[in-house]
Amino acid sequence: MRRGMCLSRIACSFCVLLVGALPSISPLAHAQAKPPVRSQHEVGPVPSEFSLSGTWVPYFHEDLLERGNGPELDNYVGLPITDGARKMALSWDPSRMTVEEHQCQVHVSPYMNRSPSRYAFSEIRDPETQLVIALQLYIENYQQTRTIWMDGRAHPPDYAPHTWMGFSTGKWEGNILTVYTTHIKQGFIRRNGIAESDRATMVEHYIRYGDIMTHIVIITDPVYLTEPFVRTNDFALAQYTPGSWVYSCEPVEELTGEAKNRVPFYLPGENPFVDEFAKKRGIPLAAAMGGAETMYPEYQLKLEELMKSQTQTPAKK
Amino acid sequence: MLAIAAVVGATVLAGTALAQQAQNPASGEIHPWHVQGNVYLLPGAGANITVQIGDQGVTVVDAGNGKLTDQVLAAIRKLTDRPIRVVIDTNSDPDHVGGNQAIADAGIAVIGGVVAFNIEDIQHSSPIIAHENTFNRMNGTTRGDPQWPSGAWPTDPYSVGPKKLFYNDEGIEIIHVPAAHTDGDSIVFFRRSDVISAGDVLSTTTYPVIDLKRGGSIQGMIDGLNRLLDMTVAKQESEGGTYIVPGHGRIYDQFDILEYRDMVVIIRDRIQDLVKKNKTLEEIKATRPTEDYDARYGATTGLWTTDMFIEAVYKSLLAAK
Repeated sequence: MRRGMCLSRIACSFCVLLVGALPSISPLAHAQAKPPVRSQHEVGPVPSEFSLSGTWVPYFHEDLLERGNGPELDNYVGLPITDGARKMALSWDPSRMTVEEHQCQVHVSPYMNRSPSRYAFSEIRDPETQLVIALQLYIENYQQTRTIWMDGRAHPPDYAPHTWMGFSTGKWEGNILTVYTTHIKQGFIRRNGIAESDRATMVEHYIRYGDIMTHIVIITDPVYLTEPFVRTNDFALAQYTPGSWVYSCEPVEELTGEAKNRVPFYLPGENPFVDEFAKKRGIPLAAAMGGAETMYPEYQLKLEELMKSQTQTPAKK
Repeated sequence: MLAIAAVVGATVLAGTALAQQAQNPASGEIHPWHVQGNVYLLPGAGANITVQIGDQGVTVVDAGNGKLTDQVLAAIRKLTDRPIRVVIDTNSDPDHVGGNQAIADAGIAVIGGVVAFNIEDIQHSSPIIAHENTFNRMNGTTRGDPQWPSGAWPTDPYSVGPKKLFYNDEGIEIIHVPAAHTDGDSIVFFRRSDVISAGDVLSTTTYPVIDLKRGGSIQGMIDGLNRLLDMTVAKQESEGGTYIVPGHGRIYDQFDILEYRDMVVIIRDRIQDLVKKNKTLEEIKATRPTEDYDARYGATTGLWTTDMFIEAVYKSLLAAK
């Protein structure tokens, strides 16, 4: 079995502040000429300044510590998670990923956006009218293709199957492409056991400034999040895109001699890594356990108090 | 911060508005959903109804609660003008068999051999297939279950299985799942279409419904989910391939079954651990062994609450001691 490269993601006050700032006061916005606004009611081929067609590569600086190799175990800082989500994560044993049916699982679309792969946008046009009826987004990581319907069609009923990428519809709001996605499979919000349920929905905003694109992701999950969770990513338009990253996954028996139908997990209180991250970073365990308040800048004040009022856990040398 | 909240809030509202565009049928409407191959899902008439359509006619898995049978038949007629040939019950719950008689009566039986009188006299109704425990619960042989009118009874019960049919150019396996939701559960595998109709061995809207009084058990339920997992093959990257129509809720594939199975095993093991520590049912409930799944599958009211599920698991584990 070959696994795709790890993804990462983060929720932090920085991200939330960025959402509030974009696009009006973004440094990028000032650096680039502001594109003309396109009316929602305007029909006909999309002018080039509104097209996202082309291959985009991600900047990788944002939340770098969570990307590549992935997050540390039991680090839930900055995630607006429910108590149930935390309990599930503390039960999660990374060995779960050795179970054959888990080995080839793909990251869900709200998580996929931080993949270190190329993203190729193309347009699907009605052959007669040449109107754009859909945008197609090919994501190299896991070789996934998203179709973003632009023709106003309805989302499927609740009983329809769910997929890794979900069902997406989009519309231009001025020069911003806004995409709404439903029917996403259960997946990760953070790849250390923090789950996103199959009832989560996603709103995205794609904002292009010349050869730079900012991507804002807002996840709403009535099961595992107490409030919307926001991430941002920046991309650059690639000038040269040779080759392709393919993902051909075939599950194998990774651990021989294991019982069939096993489900690796920790019983309550038996997770041996529960305070590993907190000790390593020298922060209170309560902070490592996340929750909405750890997402906001104000939490720094509480963190200071927590660190003063309780015995600090020394950082590992 | 207010500006930030406004941006996020507006987006959430936009999402909510867009969500209302989903094509959920109004109450009382039955809209067929093409699963794949020859198989369709008919939701909204009690338990999910699965139909297989082809030149030979219609195979119906579960008949719904009987309150919307006219709409069910109309939905089938939109798909085909071929006759209903067979009805299969996955269990004896009223929301699965309530429409038995009316739907079977709308179909035909194919009778072989040379007969006296007019053959149409014995072609008036489709056969109804079910496991014999379901048959016995419906005809009053098993005490404690409400007896159904004879016209609703299975006409073609099986005891061991799998019972095999071949309709509409594909093999159909009817497989008994012992002691899961009840003692009479069947799952139905449409082999060429690659669709399984799972009955209440799988409910994607609730915790597993374990009817202890009618022979269900937590281990039987887990065995049933593992059986479903073994039967499914993902098409690509753990997605698609074999689809499963549950007794209630949305269409699943292998990965969806996997997550559901994982959940049931984890909860079973948590409760088992506490049983081994001689905790009482109330003490076990106080630990909230289902907390991480309650927002998705739990309920505090209705026919199957979280408390009822925990109690069923607890009693099932005690009985297996």
